[in-house]
Amino acid sequence: MRLIRSPGLWIAVLCAAIAAAAPWWVSAYILGVLTSAYYFGVFAMSWDLLFGFAGEVNFGPTFLIGLGAYGAAILDAKTGLPIPICLVFGAALAVLGGLLLALPALRLRGPYFGLVTLVAVLLLQNFIVIFAGVTGGEIGMTVPDVLSIDAPTNYEYALGFMIVSAIILFGMSRSAMGLILQASGQDATEAAALGFNVTKHKVFAFCVSALFSGLAGGMLVFYLGTASVDTVVNISIGVQVIIAAVLGGRRTILGGMIGAVFLILAGELLRPLGQLNTLVVAAVALAVILFFPDGFLGYVLRGRSRA
Amino acid sequence: MSLFLQILIDGFAISSLYALGAVGFTLLFGVSGVLNLAHGSIIVVAAIVGWLAAGNWGAGPAGGTLIGIAGGILAAYATYFVVVRPIQTSRAIPRDETEIFVLTGTLLWGIMIQVGLDYLFTDNPVTMVPLIRGVTNLGGVHTPTNEIMIAAICWIVIGLLWLLVNRTRAGKALLAASINPRGLTLLGFELSRIYLFVWTIYGVLAGLAGVLLASFLGTGSANAGTLTASAFSIVVLGGLGSVSGSLIAAYVVGYLETITAYLIAPTLRPIPALLLLVLVVYVRPQGLLGRR
Repeated sequence: MRLIRSPGLWIAVLCAAIAAAAPWWVSAYILGVLTSAYYFGVFAMSWDLLFGFAGEVNFGPTFLIGLGAYGAAILDAKTGLPIPICLVFGAALAVLGGLLLALPALRLRGPYFGLVTLVAVLLLQNFIVIFAGVTGGEIGMTVPDVLSIDAPTNYEYALGFMIVSAIILFGMSRSAMGLILQASGQDATEAAALGFNVTKHKVFAFCVSALFSGLAGGMLVFYLGTASVDTVVNISIGVQVIIAAVLGGRRTILGGMIGAVFLILAGELLRPLGQLNTLVVAAVALAVILFFPDGFLGYVLRGRSRA
Repeated sequence: MSLFLQILIDGFAISSLYALGAVGFTLLFGVSGVLNLAHGSIIVVAAIVGWLAAGNWGAGPAGGTLIGIAGGILAAYATYFVVVRPIQTSRAIPRDETEIFVLTGTLLWGIMIQVGLDYLFTDNPVTMVPLIRGVTNLGGVHTPTNEIMIAAICWIVIGLLWLLVNRTRAGKALLAASINPRGLTLLGFELSRIYLFVWTIYGVLAGLAGVLLASFLGTGSANAGTLTASAFSIVVLGGLGSVSGSLIAAYVVGYLETITAYLIAPTLRPIPALLLLVLVVYVRPQGLLGRR
């Protein structure tokens, strides 16, 4: 394990350095695409912490993302407070949402909980449309402040945010807490019998996942300059987050980043196909699930541990 | 008074259709443990095939209905053989994770069908010519005769399904598979054959629901997601795997939606049902008539 870890660390540092140098050799358009991909990467990693480790099937990652995004956007539009305060407010709202989701998760298993999360997204979506006066309804709302109007600066913000999130989430998954979460995800009764407080750990996992989803959602809004149902709440966005995490490899955390970048770049490359690009991306994801259920990173890691 | 009757009649027709759509979904889950998130897409496939057959291929309303049902069966088989069966038999997927893989796989499959249909036929809803034309006066409310016939067909088919499951040998095997699959294999039944049988029934039910929906409200690829979500919520409300629970839940949801649409506002239509669902899931997670 230690042997893998040290080269892995260097590969990661190298990748981060190459990514950080991207503004010098990549066009502004691709920078913009990558910027959203990095926020998606954070969505996918937070989802993986809940699913891969805590074993909670969350079909509504966009419930947490949307709360963070709209919380930040509404505060900014109504009060004009500085961006960091709005982000904190959005993240706090998302954590509150995470606690709300954690309640049923402690009582329900598998598909039942999955349904609650799905319904949570539908409700959020409906409420946003109903309270159109505050939220801008189906059209969405524009925020008065943006992170930056300069593409490279936005890019570095997103990259830095993703790397920090990755380090924290990955570190957490490899700590004692990650192991306890994994144990309670696989067999809650046994984990509790071993003396671990399953409830406390699961609630904590929900809060952490919500915190990063909400923050990333808020940052995405301040990058795009708008918050709309189609960019942060729609179920299809949630499905993309799940696909990214599964493509990259469940239980790897870092796989989420790879999956998200791949998914968004693939969507961009296939743009000439028009409508059909969603079909092709879904087909590729389905093929990966059928033939390489461990995802990219899982496949690489497993191949290495076998050798 | 006439508004009350109107709600009663419209709600009944919609609820019957919901019941038909949800029964197949719940049967599939009860017997083979599969939650098919491509459900809405399969319904839409049947609707579009039926519409094509009735109009472009000149099969007429009755022929279109039959060909649409055949389309539903084919779509169900494709889902089973391309997505569900490979996942169930895959060695690389751990047993306890099959469920989430089936969910994700069928979800992706549903998206593929939806986008494909969207590309071929646009997302405009298709409307089939009803089997019976004309209007019937029910206590002062002018109701399309087609609406009455849809409710009747739904109940006849659900009744036939009840007979099949409870009174025939093949149906009893289905029932046994939902209670104890291992016991059934010990008795010499081929489980894969039973699964194929339940997917066939599912295809017929989903196909019929699609064709009837097309002749009643019209439907298109844009509706696939909503159709899956409403079937899923009805089934969970009634209790996963419980057919009678799903029937009751279909009427609860159908009437709740109709009442909201008529008395409060059409835009709020789905909300009370969703809130009820959250409440039920919190208080009684196994649903109205579900077993743990």
